[in-house]
Amino acid sequence: MFAYYCNLALRSFRRDRALTALMVLAIALGIGACMTTLTVFHVLSGDPIPGKSDRLFYVQLDPADSLGYTPGEEPSDQLTRLDAETLLAQKRGKRQAMMTGGGVSITPDQAGQVPFVASARYTSADFFPMFDTPMLHGNGWSAREDESHARVAVISSELNQRVFGGGNSVGRQLRIDQADFTVIGVTDQWRPTPRFYDMYSDRYGALEEVFVPFSTSRDLRMGRNGSMDCWGDSGGDSTSLNAPCTWIQYWVELESPGEAGPYRDYLMNYSDQQRAAGRFTRPTNVRLRNVMELLEFNRVVPGDVVMQLWLGLGFLLVCLVNTVGLLLAKFLRRGGEIGVRRALGASRRAIFAQCLVEAGAVGLAGGVLGLLLSILGLWAVRQQPYSYAELAQLDAGMLLLTFVLAVVSSVLAGLLPAWRAMQVTPAIQLKSQ
Amino acid sequence: MDIRPILSTLMRHRTAASLIVIEIALTCAIICNALFMISDRLTQIREVSGLVEEELVRVRINSIGNDPEENARTRSDLAALRAIPGVKEATVTNQVPFVNSSWNNSIRLDPDQQQPTLTPTMYLAEERFLETLGLKVVAGRGFNPDEFMDASTAMAGLDGSSMVPAAIITRSMAERLYPGEDPIGKSFYNGPISVRVVGVVEHLVRPSEMGGPTAREYSMIFPLRPHYNFGGNYVLRTDPERRQEVLEAAKKVLRANGADRIVMDEESKTFEQLRAEFYQAPRSMAWLLGIVCVALLLITALGIVGLASFWVQQRRRQIGIRRALGATRGQVLRYFQTENFLLASIGIVLGMLLAFAINQVLMGRYELARLPLYYLPTGAVLLWLLGQVAVYAPARRAASIPPATATRSI
Repeated sequence: MFAYYCNLALRSFRRDRALTALMVLAIALGIGACMTTLTVFHVLSGDPIPGKSDRLFYVQLDPADSLGYTPGEEPSDQLTRLDAETLLAQKRGKRQAMMTGGGVSITPDQAGQVPFVASARYTSADFFPMFDTPMLHGNGWSAREDESHARVAVISSELNQRVFGGGNSVGRQLRIDQADFTVIGVTDQWRPTPRFYDMYSDRYGALEEVFVPFSTSRDLRMGRNGSMDCWGDSGGDSTSLNAPCTWIQYWVELESPGEAGPYRDYLMNYSDQQRAAGRFTRPTNVRLRNVMELLEFNRVVPGDVVMQLWLGLGFLLVCLVNTVGLLLAKFLRRGGEIGVRRALGASRRAIFAQCLVEAGAVGLAGGVLGLLLSILGLWAVRQQPYSYAELAQLDAGMLLLTFVLAVVSSVLAGLLPAWRAMQVTPAIQLKSQ
Repeated sequence: MDIRPILSTLMRHRTAASLIVIEIALTCAIICNALFMISDRLTQIREVSGLVEEELVRVRINSIGNDPEENARTRSDLAALRAIPGVKEATVTNQVPFVNSSWNNSIRLDPDQQQPTLTPTMYLAEERFLETLGLKVVAGRGFNPDEFMDASTAMAGLDGSSMVPAAIITRSMAERLYPGEDPIGKSFYNGPISVRVVGVVEHLVRPSEMGGPTAREYSMIFPLRPHYNFGGNYVLRTDPERRQEVLEAAKKVLRANGADRIVMDEESKTFEQLRAEFYQAPRSMAWLLGIVCVALLLITALGIVGLASFWVQQRRRQIGIRRALGATRGQVLRYFQTENFLLASIGIVLGMLLAFAINQVLMGRYELARLPLYYLPTGAVLLWLLGQVAVYAPARRAASIPPATATRSI
């Protein structure tokens, strides 16, 4: 029966080429727009570190002075260097790391290569195991190197390619700013999306090219970037240990999500102690958010992308309403034919099924064309100068979703017209012939 | 024309009629909001910076590691840059418009005030800053030569032992700080330091979008000479047609003045390029919204054509009878046009309500402004026209049905 309905649908398409083409085009445009925007949204709103995102927590305290304090407001979004170093030394989580972004100069050893600027992250040993950073060669450093302010560096595979021409360069020397560093690790391809561990630099940027122990970076006064908030007197150096400035991101990994409570208590306790010692002046105000909560709080997906998603859905809705109208016209125009089939014994259910098959076929054709349109749409997105542009790729799940969306939406669009068609009364249709 | 018969026909084709109404309503709602967002993006793109953009180029430089001679080196850099043929002015500054990196300070009118009055951006200027950027002083004066000091010296002592000798602010910031008053000679507090306003420039946009649209020109200029490691921005003014040549020469001059520095090629550009890149996102969004509007109108128009053709075909006999009873072609044509006008009107009314609802949601979530009322008649006229254009061909076909159809059985 299904084959017969397909055959009927094909005949019907042939009879009304313009109308069929119009319906397919409308669905294709709707699906194309919807899938393009949905894919971008899907890529940008995903979990950057699945399996661990509920055990990684971002720490916030409120060390600022009381000037400008509003009760109930969020605490400072980053930590002071002193608080970060103290928490790090107390080691209350399974793993913990302090970090900030920066920029360094790389002077390649090879003749003919000119110095260039590379993105850097100054962090502590646990960064690599805590974030499951994949390593191509070697490893990250240990707490010993942090303490001894060792001149060691982990570099990205791109930088490894650029400076050393690839290969295992563990043990080789790299000139960073004005000092020589020993490469101890090369990271593999890794692009956490979004780059969740630092909300204050390019949120969809690539992994940093150079990683250096935080302690070493301060010895050499390496250039930092990202946001910094200061109050009071920093004595000219806002990155010094006691400067009243927040500029450090601090992450902790706990054994289980359930340990967030005790850890929060520890932070509140720490904050109370600092206030008792006169360092903190504001009431204790602590935040401990896991990865997804932090992304949600920071509204990490750009507003335009969300807006585009709604626009795509709205567009698909208009296309569907349009398709409902056209299908209705198409089915009712064939009232005579349906009347004959009913008179010859076809049940209402059969008419209904036949109409839905026809609607589904339109949806499938629209889906194929819509897929091509969304590939074109994503290509257009990739031409834009956003840092996330290159991530706008269709994956297998989204591919499947395209067809499901196309067929389901067109079958939904076919329900009402099919319902009306099945109620055609054979007698009237036959009489009017 | 009597609309009663039209209404009673529509009542008999409720489903199809309501589909057209829904489609028009949705299209109207989306288009009103999309047009509003397009105009919002265009306002951003056309923003006045206050700079003589078409005469400016920026060269970005960074030292490898720390440079103990950065103040002296900045002076020799500037001297060399000013000697390049074609360069009219050259300056160094901590930040430039159209590059998303900015220095912002909270200021207070009263040092004991709990909340800051404003958080404007801070431009550090050396002697030729105003002249190079081409800023227009509209009140007060530019800086006096004795007001300049090295920023690195001033920053080391921001505890009050040092001071900012003077400040120039934008008109927008002056109006916000001292509404209705003469800002010249007034003071505000930058942290604990009292700063006296000596001049007002007409426009100077801030580098980042911080603070939203109202804060775009909350900028202040301090006569603190930055060295090149404060952001690394050398800005040169030249004739528009010599920009590329000057840019290349400037890179060469800076490279010659010490090998321990990196001139960043991909960040050294004309301000025209910087501006184009800065507004790329709103420009793309405006295009996207525009394309969606056109596609929506097209789909809606084709939907109207499809359904109207269906109706005409269904009512062939009825039309034939009307023609046989004496209706002119014009009357049949106008019948369908009026019918479409009625449907469009209902759709537009619903669409406007929906447009307002969508706008309310967007206002809550994305800090969008309220939809101005004049978008509604614009959307209405657009959709009325669209309906009339779309229905014309089917209506013409209806009008051309011969009266003989009435008596002919198929």
